[in-house]
Amino acid sequence: MLSETATVGGIFSLAPLVVFIPLAGMIFNMLFGGRLSQKLVGGIASAASGLTFVIAVLLGVALYNQHGEPVVVPFLEWIHIGAFQVDWAFRVDTLSVTMMLVVAGVGTLIHVYSVGYMHEDVIHQGDPSRFRRFFVFMNLFIAMMMILVIGDSYLMLFVGWEGVGLCSYLLIGFWYEKGENGIGNAIAGNKAFIVNRIGDVGMLLAMFTLFWVFGTLTFDEVFELAPEIAATTPAYIGLITLFMLVGVTGKSAQIPLYVWLPDAMAGPTPVSALIHAATMVTAGVYLIARSAPLYTLVPESQNVVALVGGLTAFFAATIAVGQNDIKKVLAYSTVSQLGFMVAAVGMGAFVAGMFHLVSHAFFKALLFLASGSVIQGMERGHHLEHHAHEHDLKPRKKKSKEPPFDPQDMRNMGGLAGRMRTTYWVYIVGALALAGIPPLSGFFSKDEILLEASHLNTTVYILLTIAAFFTAFYMGRQVWMVFLGQPRSAAAEKAEESPAVMTLPLIILAVLAFFGGLLNLPGPHTFGHWLEYTFEAFHLEMETLPFSLPVALISTLLAVVGILLAWMFYGRQPLEKGQEDPLRGILGWIFTGMQRKWWVDEIYHFLFVNPYIQLSHVFAEYVDWRFWHDWFHEVVLAGSFNQFARFLNFRIDAGIIDRIANGLGNGTQQIAGQMRQIQTGYVRNYALSLFLGVVLIVGYILLR
Amino acid sequence: MMVPINYFVALSGILFILGAVGVLVRRNLIVMFMSVELMLNAANLAFVAYARHYLSMDGQVFVFFVIAVAAAEVAVGLSMVIAIFRTRQNINVDDLNSLKG
Amino acid sequence: MSLDLFLFFSLAVISVASALAMILNRNAIYSALFLVLNFLTIALFYLILSGPFIALAQVTVYAGAIMVLFLFVIMLIGPHRLAYSEANRWQRPAAMVLGLALLAEAVYILIFRPTPAISGEQPALVENFGAPKVLADVLFNQYALAVEVIGVLLLVAMVGVIVMVKNAGKRQT
Repeated sequence: MLSETATVGGIFSLAPLVVFIPLAGMIFNMLFGGRLSQKLVGGIASAASGLTFVIAVLLGVALYNQHGEPVVVPFLEWIHIGAFQVDWAFRVDTLSVTMMLVVAGVGTLIHVYSVGYMHEDVIHQGDPSRFRRFFVFMNLFIAMMMILVIGDSYLMLFVGWEGVGLCSYLLIGFWYEKGENGIGNAIAGNKAFIVNRIGDVGMLLAMFTLFWVFGTLTFDEVFELAPEIAATTPAYIGLITLFMLVGVTGKSAQIPLYVWLPDAMAGPTPVSALIHAATMVTAGVYLIARSAPLYTLVPESQNVVALVGGLTAFFAATIAVGQNDIKKVLAYSTVSQLGFMVAAVGMGAFVAGMFHLVSHAFFKALLFLASGSVIQGMERGHHLEHHAHEHDLKPRKKKSKEPPFDPQDMRNMGGLAGRMRTTYWVYIVGALALAGIPPLSGFFSKDEILLEASHLNTTVYILLTIAAFFTAFYMGRQVWMVFLGQPRSAAAEKAEESPAVMTLPLIILAVLAFFGGLLNLPGPHTFGHWLEYTFEAFHLEMETLPFSLPVALISTLLAVVGILLAWMFYGRQPLEKGQEDPLRGILGWIFTGMQRKWWVDEIYHFLFVNPYIQLSHVFAEYVDWRFWHDWFHEVVLAGSFNQFARFLNFRIDAGIIDRIANGLGNGTQQIAGQMRQIQTGYVRNYALSLFLGVVLIVGYILLR
Repeated sequence: MMVPINYFVALSGILFILGAVGVLVRRNLIVMFMSVELMLNAANLAFVAYARHYLSMDGQVFVFFVIAVAAAEVAVGLSMVIAIFRTRQNINVDDLNSLKG
Repeated sequence: MSLDLFLFFSLAVISVASALAMILNRNAIYSALFLVLNFLTIALFYLILSGPFIALAQVTVYAGAIMVLFLFVIMLIGPHRLAYSEANRWQRPAAMVLGLALLAEAVYILIFRPTPAISGEQPALVENFGAPKVLADVLFNQYALAVEVIGVLLLVAMVGVIVMVKNAGKRQT
């Protein structure tokens, strides 16, 4: 299979560049960024990302020209052990090109946005030297994400999988000395990394099983062999797909491992947009879509995946309703939307899932970036309020004496629409797209998922529909709380619009979010046909369902009802300063549950974290300290060594060696004391002894 | 001249033993010296006797050397006796034990 | 008993007797004189053994020069008797025993292990054996180096004697 495609040259030989251009940007900024201005550092990073996007476009065009025929570009030999061979090879097909376009395209916009955002953020946080580090991490993330999507084997995918996890960790804890008690951000990063690690165990187990069953990890070979193995022992495939699902729940924040994603909002907002909304978290969706030939063989696994996705979509949507932090709302919304995608790919609606992935990347990135703009607008307002007489921006630490001001709390906002026009309008676009109002992109992609669900899995369909209703509601709630009504804090009164370098990407994303639905209109199904090339290569039938008016009507109606309800609670009578959320009066403890995230973190703490810490304590205190240190090291090792040393000291050294040495000395002295008696000093005695010697020698000669 | 060599050798041995015993029994340093000379002469006698027997001149040459060395030895030895006598006013060897260990 | 043997034995008796007298005599001057007698008898033996040059050297150097030196020193120091000394009383019997032991060994050798070559008669004399000219020939050709060394030795001994006596005198004064 490799030899067939190895000869492919031309534009496809550029494929490795999608990894190496961002890497080059990262290395350049790492080495020389310290001497360059912020604009140049950000410009280089953005250019690297943009160039990657250009390459991705070229690859897409080349692929289109040859009717979507997948291409594998070999690059390096990697692992060759016996019959097991994994190479660095780049797989260019419609699926990977789609992902590349999303990652590089949205990534570039976010890079540009970050130039403006981080410029202010580093001043607020008080360490401008980290501006460069941010873009180094961002470029590294792009490179790793590219490895993830373009890899030709599960192992290479796993390299990218871990690489983006690392970047996620680094960027969540970007302001590692900030956050709650000065450690909150670091803990959030830790949580993301550890929870992802649990998922990665599943991913590793899936790969081990793959290797054990198939003897290979290359996509083509695995998918070729899969039907045979499914025919004899479908349990293997089921096991693999379920293990993979564990990895997906980790990376794509599904039940039960979604808990890290809301905390990941501790990272700078562009990070939340790029990594924790648009790209990295969709890696799980990509993985399932990529493994479609495996999943379609085991409907049981598909059902599990779809159910997990549906439950997540519903569950996270309810939590999002109760959040007051602007980014937390979006975070739970992301979890919910990822649930939509996972449910879609789980049901076998790969096109719908991927379509929603793309449109979600547009509008969720837009929403996050816009929320970043809002937050910084609030920061600016807050700054103007408190430092009106000062002209330069001072680090935020200085304000530690005053009660902490949270620029992300929606209860402090309100009425921002007048002060931040651009942000307001793009936010409206993003919110409507997310809510699924036609003709915005979210409507088409979500509707397609619902349409598939209505045919394939009724339970999931109901869950997703309710989730869609909640989505419209919490987005309406957010828009009214943030932008409309009256300002509820001094900062909100004085909030200022963000610079053009930030608003321009927002406008572009808004356009994409608005018209993204054109990609896959119910009639032409452009995107569907585009992706079909990839799936048809593995003989997967992609049936396209006809547009169903009832499904579309129900979802649209629910969205409109959700928005109207939001208007009723938050629009008709805007929240006053310090007012209780009106929902609390109606829902009571249910709202508290929503607000407290259904105590999932607490339950996890009680069930897993605390027992684990206790266990660690036991191990540390008893096994490590008492057993290994006190007993084994001190008593057994050190004690026996001391015994041995004492034995050597007293018995061997003092007892034998010293006795020999002293004995030699004493013996010599004693012998010398005896011998000196002979030395009388009388020459006659000496002569006599000489004579005696003569007599004896002669006698000896005679007797011999 | 029909005296067998053995007779000379026997006589030489007797004189040698007498000289050796003389060295050992006398305490007078000068007499001890003279006993040593007696021993040397006993040895010389044996040399000459064997030289006659083997018809070789080497034995007589050695005797010549011994006489020369004995002259040097006596000169040094007697000077030492004089030196000892000067410091100790005595030539009793039993009084000389400063080398006692 | 032939004349030769008679001569030998009478000279031997004189020789041994004079040696014994030398050892036993308490007066050092008499001892020295007995030793001179002993040397003279040995010189006669040398003549008997066809060593005329050696015999004359014995008389002049030993009996003459060396023994005169002895007598001179004895005279210088004074022939007084030594005081009775308790030290090394055991030495005398031990020396006797050892002397007898060595004598016994010598006798044993001569009687039981006679070398065949020396047990028989003396070989006939060759011409000029022992003549001073022949001796000189051997001495100054074959043993030239040894003669030189002996010369140096005598020189060194002479210097040494002068230094020693001179220093000893100085120390006393």
